[in-house]
Amino acid sequence: MSNLKILLNGLIKENPTFMLFLGMCPTLATTTSAINGLSMGLATMAVLICTNFVISCIKNITPDMVRIPVFIVVIAAFVTILQMFMSAYAPDSINKALGIYIPLIVVNCIILGRAESFACKNTPIASIFDGIGIGLGFTCGLTLLGCVREFLGAGSLFGVVVLPETTNILLFVLPPGAFLTLGYLVAIFNKLKSE
Amino acid sequence: MEYLLIFISAIFVNNIVLSQFLGICPFLGVSKKIDTAIGMGGALAFVLTLATIITWLVQKYVLDALGIGYLQTVSFILIIAALVQMVEIILKKVSPALYQALGIFLPLITTNCCVLGVAILVIQKDYNLMESIVYAFSTALGFALALVLFAGIREQQELVKIPKGMQGMSIVLITASLLALSFMGFSGLESGLRTLFGLG
Amino acid sequence: MEKLKSSLPNMVGVLVGFSIIIGGLLAYVNHITEGPIKQKEQQTLAAGIKTVMQNNNVRVADPETLNQTIDGKNATFIIHSCSDNSGKNIGSAVESTTNGFGGDLQVLVGFDNNGKILGYTILKSSETPGLGAKAGVWFQKNGKGNIISMNPKDKPLAVSKDGGDVDAITASTITSRAFLKAINQAYAAYAKKK
Repeated sequence: MSNLKILLNGLIKENPTFMLFLGMCPTLATTTSAINGLSMGLATMAVLICTNFVISCIKNITPDMVRIPVFIVVIAAFVTILQMFMSAYAPDSINKALGIYIPLIVVNCIILGRAESFACKNTPIASIFDGIGIGLGFTCGLTLLGCVREFLGAGSLFGVVVLPETTNILLFVLPPGAFLTLGYLVAIFNKLKSE
Repeated sequence: MEYLLIFISAIFVNNIVLSQFLGICPFLGVSKKIDTAIGMGGALAFVLTLATIITWLVQKYVLDALGIGYLQTVSFILIIAALVQMVEIILKKVSPALYQALGIFLPLITTNCCVLGVAILVIQKDYNLMESIVYAFSTALGFALALVLFAGIREQQELVKIPKGMQGMSIVLITASLLALSFMGFSGLESGLRTLFGLG
Repeated sequence: MEKLKSSLPNMVGVLVGFSIIIGGLLAYVNHITEGPIKQKEQQTLAAGIKTVMQNNNVRVADPETLNQTIDGKNATFIIHSCSDNSGKNIGSAVESTTNGFGGDLQVLVGFDNNGKILGYTILKSSETPGLGAKAGVWFQKNGKGNIISMNPKDKPLAVSKDGGDVDAITASTITSRAFLKAINQAYAAYAKKK
């Protein structure tokens, strides 16, 4: 499989948000606005690329029986590093909005899932491309969801107001709106797929 | 009284699944049947309470004491993974009946983000040990309640004809949205109780 | 390369090896980010104090902490006494925390010497996303529920539903109440310290 194919595979065929339904917790929780969804997606992608690469490099020196604990430790390490860099250099509003969901990237099924199903069977370079592809797929999903919720709920896109306040439907930034928006987006995605 | 407030708030007002979005994967994954939903809820209540106690103690007496708070995520996830394994082994030996009921759900719990989430939340909220235990247990109850209610709805839904594009995850998510919406009705409960008990 | 066998020494060796490497790595990253994180926290606080005191050349004295028991819970207030360029005291910025709609709500409020509200900013909010963010602009001078220049000394702030003068955020009376409570408590702490 060429690297480009691996990349596209993650973006469309195995899109984590709309096809595989992986990593649903951050998908629903952090997409109150487009910018929050985008930053959560990028944060996850950064961790995924690093862990995919490292796990692919160490796959031969890891005995099978301790595979999972070693992977978890590697993932947790990269998440902690990301967390420290983000609290040092990322804008406050982003840190505040993502909050506890940054350490929870550790238990995001996408990361361990890709480690198990891709990185520990393929070369480090291919694993990096897989990380980029899946990461981009996840980022796109989150950003799209964030855009729709922000547009309907707050009448703005990436913080730029486009609709007057009277048309805002507060429900969409509240928890039920997350489920509802994703539900309809999945339905649209299904429809497009079947055509 | 503070404990009762934590209890009610964790179950109804800030329901872990429906308003905090933790543990969504098992919520969507193992909610097809009421029986399995009850099993999952029970297993989670057990592990979550135990894990919270241990991680709380580790945070206060190891990480804080040695000033290595940056190892929090790494050590918590290792503790949870090891704990789940241990519970599985012990349960198998001590109570085969209970193992039969909960066993298959245990491996799923390691990657359930609500265990790690609650362990980190009680540290962030600065709860003491007793408050943490109450919070962990009631969070698990809240999870179980949401899961069982949801499974009940999904069992009924199997009898209904659903438009083609909406089948599968789509209708599940929209149903979850309605459940979340109904739980929002509890949102004034906590401050109402505070007034009732004269806590301000 | 041959895959390592799952023998006991191998497994223990690999686990211990990785733990040590990762422990070291994390300690190193912690070491290099510790400074910037602290610096950023201080900058955020300093910038916050500047905005709530409506004064760009504010000088801040060492913060004082005041512990109070409110509703059976320990509440901590941090008071930053401020003076202008010439050293004249212009009031205080107070950090105050209350329990809101879905968790803690932490605000920083600036009072002048008479207790008049100069400005406020929200430091931490675990409120429902969207609602908590709204409180950041709603009660400002150009917002609908303007509280700037009000004085909690004359009459504690309250939403109009409770007989007060402040318009609550549309559809979130509880967040608004929690917010005003944080302001009132901050004033009480400030008055007590004076």
